[in-house]
Amino acid sequence: MVLLTLMAVVTISIIRVRNLFSVVILSSIYSFLMASVMIVLDAVDVAMTEASVGAGISTVLMLGTLYLTKTTETVPAHSPVLPLFVAIGTGAALVYGTFGLPPFGIGNTPFHTHVSAIYLGSSIPETGIVNVVTSVLASYRGYDTLGETTVIFTAGIGVLLLLKRFSKSTKDK
Amino acid sequence: MKLDVILRVSVKFFLPFMLLFALYVQFHGDFGPGGGFQAGVIAAATIVLYAIIFGLAPTIRLVPPIVVETMIPLGVLIFLGVGFLSFLTGDNYLNYSHLAHDQIHGQELGVLLVELGVLITVSGTMVAIFYALADRGRS
Repeated sequence: MVLLTLMAVVTISIIRVRNLFSVVILSSIYSFLMASVMIVLDAVDVAMTEASVGAGISTVLMLGTLYLTKTTETVPAHSPVLPLFVAIGTGAALVYGTFGLPPFGIGNTPFHTHVSAIYLGSSIPETGIVNVVTSVLASYRGYDTLGETTVIFTAGIGVLLLLKRFSKSTKDK
Repeated sequence: MKLDVILRVSVKFFLPFMLLFALYVQFHGDFGPGGGFQAGVIAAATIVLYAIIFGLAPTIRLVPPIVVETMIPLGVLIFLGVGFLSFLTGDNYLNYSHLAHDQIHGQELGVLLVELGVLITVSGTMVAIFYALADRGRS
């Protein structure tokens, strides 16, 4: 509860603050709080990814981007009423959606009784891997991880194409 | 630059342990939290930290951009290659059961290679993007 309150405070300050440097640092703090929430929920693998990717490397890359652009956000030209309305509407729809979810920590829901149970039971006899997250990620759902790696590959190539200035084009000038 | 002496010395102490921690996260992923994605990011963070403290030129001499840019497709190719290798052993794509003499060892070998591919792609991409950003900011 304390963590969620802190996250709400950080989110509101991200909206209020106009200095982009502060926004980057605040989103890094937000990621760390999110990682702590994941640890509270016993999802250590996700917490580790959130802490290293969200709070670590993306902060560095955002600061690098900030170095190339202006550091203050421009004042928006339109009134914030319509975006606020859309955001509150989406939030209300999502909160309404959570009423349809089973209560937290209940064991006999479909996603605990269907494949999760199979993975938990057969990971050690079939793969010998103690950490079920790793065995699901790399073995049972290998296709998905291959897809994720390809996404990172494609994204990296795309960003490099945008950022890099190739020597040939400078020669032409 | 004289004021960074504390940073320089303390970072020199930190760097080997950070790399070691990345490798620990990578190879201990079977038993504890961790895996290719996290280890790749930690390894990239080591290089980024080195670049921030010691400057871009020594880092480029240490880890040339061509190496980093080759790592991006190399990891995906390792992943795809393991998939095709499991074809050759008479199994489905990305089913590692027959890569070694028995199922358990085959699975462990397959997972190890696949995670290695993920590590290479992730760390290569992160460092390449950092190099591109830093290079643009310099000129």
